[in-house]
Amino acid sequence: MESTKTPDRTGGGGLSHSQVDAIAAAVIAVIGMVMMFDNYKLGAGWATDGPEAGYFPFRVGAILCIAAAVVVFKSLFGSARNNAVFVSWERLRLVLSVLAPTILYVLAVQFVGMYVASAVFIAAFMRFMDKRSWLSVLLVSVGVSVALFWLFEIEFMVPLPKGPLEALLGY
Amino acid sequence: MENLEALFHGFAVALSWYNVLMMAIGLVLGILIGVLPGLGGPNGVAILLPLTFTMPPTSAIIMLSCIYWGSLFAGAITSVLFNIPGETSSVATTFDGYPLAQQGRAGEALTASFTGSFIGAFVGVLLITFLAPLVSRFALRFGPPEFFAVFLLTFCSFVGADTKAPAKTIISMMLGFGLAAIGMDTVSGQLRMTFGWYELLRGVDFLVVVIGLFGIGEILITMEEGLAFEGKHAKINTKVVWETWKQLPRYWATLIRSSTVGCWMGITPGGATAASFMGYGLAKRFSADGGKFGTGQLEGVIAPETAAHAAGTSALLPMLALGIPGSATAAVLLGGLMIWGLQPGPLLFVEQKDFVWGLIASMYLGNLAGLFIVLTTVPLFAAILRIPFSIIAPVIIVLCAIGAFAVHSAILDVWFMLVFGIVGYILKKLEYPLAPLVLAVVLGDKMEAAFRQSMIGPSGGLGAFWSNSLVGTITTLALLMLFWPLIAFAIRRLLGMQRANPVKAP
Repeated sequence: MESTKTPDRTGGGGLSHSQVDAIAAAVIAVIGMVMMFDNYKLGAGWATDGPEAGYFPFRVGAILCIAAAVVVFKSLFGSARNNAVFVSWERLRLVLSVLAPTILYVLAVQFVGMYVASAVFIAAFMRFMDKRSWLSVLLVSVGVSVALFWLFEIEFMVPLPKGPLEALLGY
Repeated sequence: MENLEALFHGFAVALSWYNVLMMAIGLVLGILIGVLPGLGGPNGVAILLPLTFTMPPTSAIIMLSCIYWGSLFAGAITSVLFNIPGETSSVATTFDGYPLAQQGRAGEALTASFTGSFIGAFVGVLLITFLAPLVSRFALRFGPPEFFAVFLLTFCSFVGADTKAPAKTIISMMLGFGLAAIGMDTVSGQLRMTFGWYELLRGVDFLVVVIGLFGIGEILITMEEGLAFEGKHAKINTKVVWETWKQLPRYWATLIRSSTVGCWMGITPGGATAASFMGYGLAKRFSADGGKFGTGQLEGVIAPETAAHAAGTSALLPMLALGIPGSATAAVLLGGLMIWGLQPGPLLFVEQKDFVWGLIASMYLGNLAGLFIVLTTVPLFAAILRIPFSIIAPVIIVLCAIGAFAVHSAILDVWFMLVFGIVGYILKKLEYPLAPLVLAVVLGDKMEAAFRQSMIGPSGGLGAFWSNSLVGTITTLALLMLFWPLIAFAIRRLLGMQRANPVKAP
């Protein structure tokens, strides 16, 4: 019964929901095994003064493996499999269009500081995702960064990463 | 009476001008957070937590809990006007709220849901006022085995309450425990799961996890679904409010039912979302107009909102009395307590009277002020939703990054936040519940400490959890909850076998 092929695979659609489910659970099982291994090395047993450091996490890892195995089994052989495509390329593109700039943004924070990076990030987002006018782009991006600077550096005195521009301004 | 005295003292604490200001700021921020997609109670509070490090704890918790109330109130705004739940707990509100808005009765629907929320919250706070001190006094006798048993009960009831995929709830929880265990072990000083990576020494902070999972993860989900807001307009004036209020007494049964359900689900970690669905379901079954639910019944708006807010409020009861949060947001607040240097648990009621009663008093005031603010400012906040997503999304991401950085002033945490964002996106799409993960990250160390202390105790070994009738009962109850899906299955099987012709499973 399980060998019936999934009929509703849209052309070029990628992995189905239950396949991703199985893969994710398999990854979780690997995490569980790493946990067990690492904590076994520490000592997951019983010392004279009670459980050793690895006792608790070792068992957590073991339960993780068992639960993950259940999920893998269910997603591959269960009756309620979801054969719909997990995420279509069209939608994945949308997700990546947020994710990729965000990664670049975090990278940029380390070099030019939080405020400049934030302004550029917001501006780029508004300009390239939505084609807003340059004026509104400038107002929002600079406005938000200045407001954040005032809030964090001056009001609440929580120092955030700063770059060359802030150094130039004496901060 | 002793409680009332303490409560009045609490009002005196909460009514200082600074605390009232914090309350107002918290409420407005909370409504904003509740309205905006991608920002919800847990990560909204998590992002703002670093700002409170230098504040007095009482003011800090007043502000943060008011953010929580505000976000609970605001969930209804998007549900009714845009048919998009701003919070998961207001999904059920869309069923009747949006049809009402389509009929041009958005003002009525919003007034009813806000008032319902307020009544639910009020019942929840009353419960906290009178029950929490009793529970904490009782819990003062708890030793490590009892605490471990209560922790166990909390987590097991998550598993037992999940009829769909208990294995996924377990995974979510265990991932949380695993994350909590990373870093230096507080008992032996040994390094666990750092894999020789120096920065992992201090572990992974739960705030970073929350901001990643709920903040970035939510943005990615929202982006994928492609949001287009086409909202209805709401007019709320005194006449609409008055007319709606006049209708409310008719729904007293629903109000009582939803409040009760909400309080129960809040104290046990059922959560506001489950409570709102249960409140809606019960109202539909018992109401005279049950058949018309879904077409725009005021009762169908009141029922879920009252239950959700009652649950959200009473989730703070176990947090205050036992140090065990009843919801993800309560878990973040609890984490806040530890950061401010307070030791959550039953001793809080003895040692930090000002803090506890100030907070409880602020719940009364905050919800009353919240009701007033939402009733008067709905059009303003609805306008915020018309701001295009291309502006909101990057600003929220920036706020998340700042929030994650500010916890330990570490850029590595921002990277972790990104990773958890991606993890959260995938887990959410695969229908893993995330609240157990957050609870496990926050409570993991405490639970493990309780476990190890009980092992060292006089009875030693696992027998410690059955060493007296109290701890034995809790532990047994916990195991019953854990295996409840299996037990229920077995019972159904047995009943099915007894019948000559088995009925189809529902």
